[in-house]
Amino acid sequence: MKSLEELKAIREKMQNQIGLRNEAEANIRVVVGMATCGIASGARPVLNALSTAVQEKGLSNIVVTQTGCIGLCQFEPIVEITEADKEKVTYVKMTAEKALEVVEKHLVRGQIVKEYTIQNYIK
Amino acid sequence: MMPEISLNVLDVAQNSIRADATLIIITVTADRKKDTMTIVIKDNGCGMTKEQVTHVLDPFFTTRTTRKVGLGIPFFQYAATSTGGNFSIDSVVGEGTMVTASFILSHIDRMPLGDMTSTMHTLITLNNRIDFLYTYTVDDKSFTLDTREIRMILDGIPLNSPDVSNYIREFLSENKQEVDQGIIL
Repeated sequence: MKSLEELKAIREKMQNQIGLRNEAEANIRVVVGMATCGIASGARPVLNALSTAVQEKGLSNIVVTQTGCIGLCQFEPIVEITEADKEKVTYVKMTAEKALEVVEKHLVRGQIVKEYTIQNYIK
Repeated sequence: MMPEISLNVLDVAQNSIRADATLIIITVTADRKKDTMTIVIKDNGCGMTKEQVTHVLDPFFTTRTTRKVGLGIPFFQYAATSTGGNFSIDSVVGEGTMVTASFILSHIDRMPLGDMTSTMHTLITLNNRIDFLYTYTVDDKSFTLDTREIRMILDGIPLNSPDVSNYIREFLSENKQEVDQGIIL
């Protein structure tokens, strides 16, 4: 059995670090729809991929959160990216692989991945 | 229908989050001798009136305003009863709600339990203000994860910080492996 002892080591390590992630400082919000429709179409691996990648890359200005039904159930899993002073970008029919591409291109380099956006599906 | 039961658990737990629960208790108990698997999701959220409880099993009832159907509970109920199992909801306004689904383990229509580790990891790391008490039991072996205990040790370090998040994932998957010896439920 894995014990809770290891947590004490993590605490000691972390308490020496300053500048813990503060959600108030985040200026980019990544929101995943996690209602029945989203979960049934595979939102959980998308959400996991996003939050893991954001953590691993140390993107401290980005917060990954969840929401309920966005109202476009046929396009789930949906990921919305909101940045201050920019128009919201809605990615639809996401998978974990597409999500990682969005992290790399959109969140790291600031380039919208047009082929996954909703505009590409409804035109 | 959900492709795995762990997604039903995630979905129903989302209802608890919407009900402003501060503690969500999730137990998965499989007993291969009795040929049953029982899943309980219990919260201390706002609860429902008797009338609402009778309504939630109806797919054309939802408290949401984004669309007119609510399939989460009917999906879970169908997943359980189609194996010859049972499903029940008990709720008291102001006290909370308990959803119980029991399955016949060997029934051909029973969906696999699926990735409970991911479900619990997602719930715990994305809902920093909610405590979870998770117990996973197979036959006579069992493990428990209590985020209140973890929070006490961590002394203010959030559960979604990278090291803690990794630790929680490892804790869930290693202890699950030890309890079920890798059998696929």
